[in-house]
Amino acid sequence: MDDALFMHRLHFAFTVTFHYLFPQLTMGLAALIVVLKTLYLRTDKPLYNRAARFWAKVFGINFVMGVVTGIPMEFQFGTNWAQFSRVTGGVIGQPLVMEGVFSFFLESAFLGLFLYGERKLSRIGHWWAAFAVFAGSWLSGFFIIVTNAWMQYPVAFQRMPDGAFHVTSFWGLLFNPWALIQYAHNMCGALITGAFVMAAVGAYYLLDNKFVEEGRVFLRVAVVAGVIACAVQIFPTGDLHGRMMAAHQPATVAAMEGLFKTEAGAPIVILGQPDAESERIDNPLAANKVLSFLIYGATTARVKGLNEFPKTDWPTNIPLLFYGYHIMAGLGTIFVAVMAGAAFLLWRGKLFGARWMLWILLLCLPFPYIANTAGWMTAEAGRQPWLVYGLMRTGEGYSKNVHAGNGLFTLLGFMGLYTLLAILFLFLVRRVIERGPVDEAGAEAGSGMPVTLA
Amino acid sequence: MLTTWFLLVAVMIAAYVVFDGFDLGIGVLHLFLARTEEERRLLIRTIGPVWDGNEVWLLAGGGTLYFAFPLLYASGFSGFYLPLMIVLWLLILRGIGVELRMHLDSPVWRGLFGGAFGISSLLLTVFFGAALGNVIRGVPLQRDGYFFLPLWTDWNVGPQPGILDWYTVIAGVVAVVALALHGANYAALKTSGELNVRARRAAAFLWPVLALVTLVSLAATLAIRPDLLDNYRRMPALFAIPALVAASLFTMRSMGRSGNERGAFLSSCAYLVLMLVGAAAAVYPNLLLSTTDPALNITIYNAHSGEHALAVGLIWWSFGMAIAVGYFVFVYRMFKGKISTGNGGHGY
Ligand code: HDD
Ligand code: HEM
Ligand code: HEM
Repeated sequence: MDDALFMHRLHFAFTVTFHYLFPQLTMGLAALIVVLKTLYLRTDKPLYNRAARFWAKVFGINFVMGVVTGIPMEFQFGTNWAQFSRVTGGVIGQPLVMEGVFSFFLESAFLGLFLYGERKLSRIGHWWAAFAVFAGSWLSGFFIIVTNAWMQYPVAFQRMPDGAFHVTSFWGLLFNPWALIQYAHNMCGALITGAFVMAAVGAYYLLDNKFVEEGRVFLRVAVVAGVIACAVQIFPTGDLHGRMMAAHQPATVAAMEGLFKTEAGAPIVILGQPDAESERIDNPLAANKVLSFLIYGATTARVKGLNEFPKTDWPTNIPLLFYGYHIMAGLGTIFVAVMAGAAFLLWRGKLFGARWMLWILLLCLPFPYIANTAGWMTAEAGRQPWLVYGLMRTGEGYSKNVHAGNGLFTLLGFMGLYTLLAILFLFLVRRVIERGPVDEAGAEAGSGMPVTLA
Repeated sequence: MLTTWFLLVAVMIAAYVVFDGFDLGIGVLHLFLARTEEERRLLIRTIGPVWDGNEVWLLAGGGTLYFAFPLLYASGFSGFYLPLMIVLWLLILRGIGVELRMHLDSPVWRGLFGGAFGISSLLLTVFFGAALGNVIRGVPLQRDGYFFLPLWTDWNVGPQPGILDWYTVIAGVVAVVALALHGANYAALKTSGELNVRARRAAAFLWPVLALVTLVSLAATLAIRPDLLDNYRRMPALFAIPALVAASLFTMRSMGRSGNERGAFLSSCAYLVLMLVGAAAAVYPNLLLSTTDPALNITIYNAHSGEHALAVGLIWWSFGMAIAVGYFVFVYRMFKGKISTGNGGHGY
């Protein structure tokens, strides 16, 4: 592969992977904060408001990180993928501006009110501010998914003689069927992150025997939301996503599943290491016929293997794709088990005393991040070697005028800066968690007021 | 239709400069204007709840440009690769500087984040000014519509310039002075007492400097790009723009003297808008000028996207921006008046 192409891919992959660590929590928490605020309005218990304020502090820090790492994303279409932007700008320019116009303005306007304005607003007013922040962040997710979905499954366009893509239907682009399913699945993934993070903090408080009352609220809300989100993540959203891929990106599915040869009654490989050179899976642990059943609902259906496609159309990184998919799906299964167990204990009124379960919830903290990242790796590596599936190759899209050395220079810059951001983020969030959901005299959630070192 | 989109992009950029301009100005000034921690905090609180929204004009403006003129977006963003990446780093530093500064009550922490906020604001201002300078001076566009500019070559304005040459450095200086003055006017409007006095004094000090560099930059522009007067010659009514620039400068001065803070601030808004309008009127219908051959210029006619997208876009875009302006009015009204001192305030 051409050095510059590789560098631009790495550049984009690194910055977007880092960026998405933050929005997934933003979107998940925004929804859960609205739940907490609603509980407060309905029960009138200050406990719920205290819980909401605590999460607003975490949200505020997370949001800043999402904003500062998101801005480079928007620019990189032009800086690193100039030819892609030039050719497809007539289509994906639309959702990208819509994101700015319809959601970033909304979010930024109400975030200030939500974080700093509680005193100025009535209780209902403050609920609306929280709701607006939630709506803004979920809308922003929608527009970015529309963009991505079009790259996966291009619709509503017309190709001009000079190669440019022009959009032909405004609604057709926005309601791309791929986008709707991808959105449902992705947002559910964000809720899972929000739920596991909230549950982990609740579990930590209970295990550490502090802020017990709030910890219980966190656990209750998180486990109920989590069990629903985890189930919906697999069925129907994950399942539908998989079927749609089988219909439109069959080569990708074959690589994800490590199916090198077409088979009737294809098995599903649960564990194993794909060897792309000799085209087989080492140490396979497989369940017969399951793959055919999952995709076509019949145990004998033929599933196309990679051998049916010309090698030039094979995804470029088969092991990454295979592992990405298996890590996501494997963790998804584990999440359902964990959340279902916790929900059962909650229902029987035993969760708060079940220390083993609390430990599990605490230790699960990093895994939703891993699952979401793995899912995106699957989506993006699976799209290869296409930039716009079936129409434009990745190698045609990058900025030929920006050589690899420049790309590496700026990639290193981002790596350094993002390391710093990660350290700051962990340090500040840890402080918020250690201080706990207390109402400090005069200080409000995220109120840029000085808070003395604990 | 293409002209309409040209105007809309120009409006977005002007709005960005006016709104985020005072955030940048405050960033630059807070290192000098404030003497105590209390004052520094007050100054930052004047922009606390609005800076993020102000920055969205940059994103929405960039997005609008991408949507309406993809070739310009592709060519300009990749050609200005290095300075843009530096701008991104600075935007990151500024964002965390302003947001995280208050999180810890420690002089070291505050010094670090306040410093990051101030220095990144200063450098951003220089880069934005230089960027405008590059657009006016032109870039070495190739036949395929692309170019690549190094950060600097020999600092001369020629067919193969760098991002920084003597001309764009002048543009950078104009930007720093103009936005610092804009920030001082804003600070005067939002603060009271000692800080207010100092902000007004800073504005009075910066005013003659701005008048001088504005003239210098005008002369320099005419020296390197005499053809920029073509549109003006064709439509002499456009000469009203430079006259209005001068008028806005003078009202800024007299309003500042008579203590009309709002008037002074509005005049500096007008100054910034008019300077940009003047530049846009001069380059129209070009979007990016070539330093080698005018036939290679990127214009609204060769850079635009599909007819359908642009026609439908006008509808949803106007709708969306009307709502966005609504939010702005709402937020600024919630936040109007002077920032109160003491511990009672919480940003609002
Ligand atoms: C917590 C996160 C999480 C979990 C537990 C799952 N997923 Fe997922 N999945 C995502 C998070 C995610 C994601 C990050 O949100 C992706 C990447 C792109 C997208 O829109 O969603 C995704 C994409 C994605 C794709 C499309 C890949 C592509 O477009 O190439 C499929 C087929 C599945 N998922 C299927 C599943 C199945 C069958 C799961 C359960 C067993 C599952 N996902 C669990
Ligand atoms: C958080 C979510 C995302 C992650 C983790 C992610 C990850 C990646 C990775 C790993 C690559 C490199 C693929 C390869 O070269 O093999 C990539 C490339 C790319 N992604 Fe994504 N991506 C995400 C979201 C998006 C979205 C939302 C868009 C579009 C709006 C997008 C557009 C692109 C583009 C343009 C490239 C470069 C071209 C290419 O290599 O195909 N990505 N991304
Ligand atoms: C190429 C991909 C992407 C681009 C161009 C992009 C762009 C941006 C930008 C510019 C911001 C800052 C907005 C502000 O100033 O308020 C931002 C934040 C955000 N992005 Fe992304 N983004 C990308 C990937 C994603 C993905 C995959 C998602 C989720 C599905 C997402 C969801 C969000 C959300 C919810 C925010 C709000 C701030 C936050 O969550 O911390 N973005 N993004």
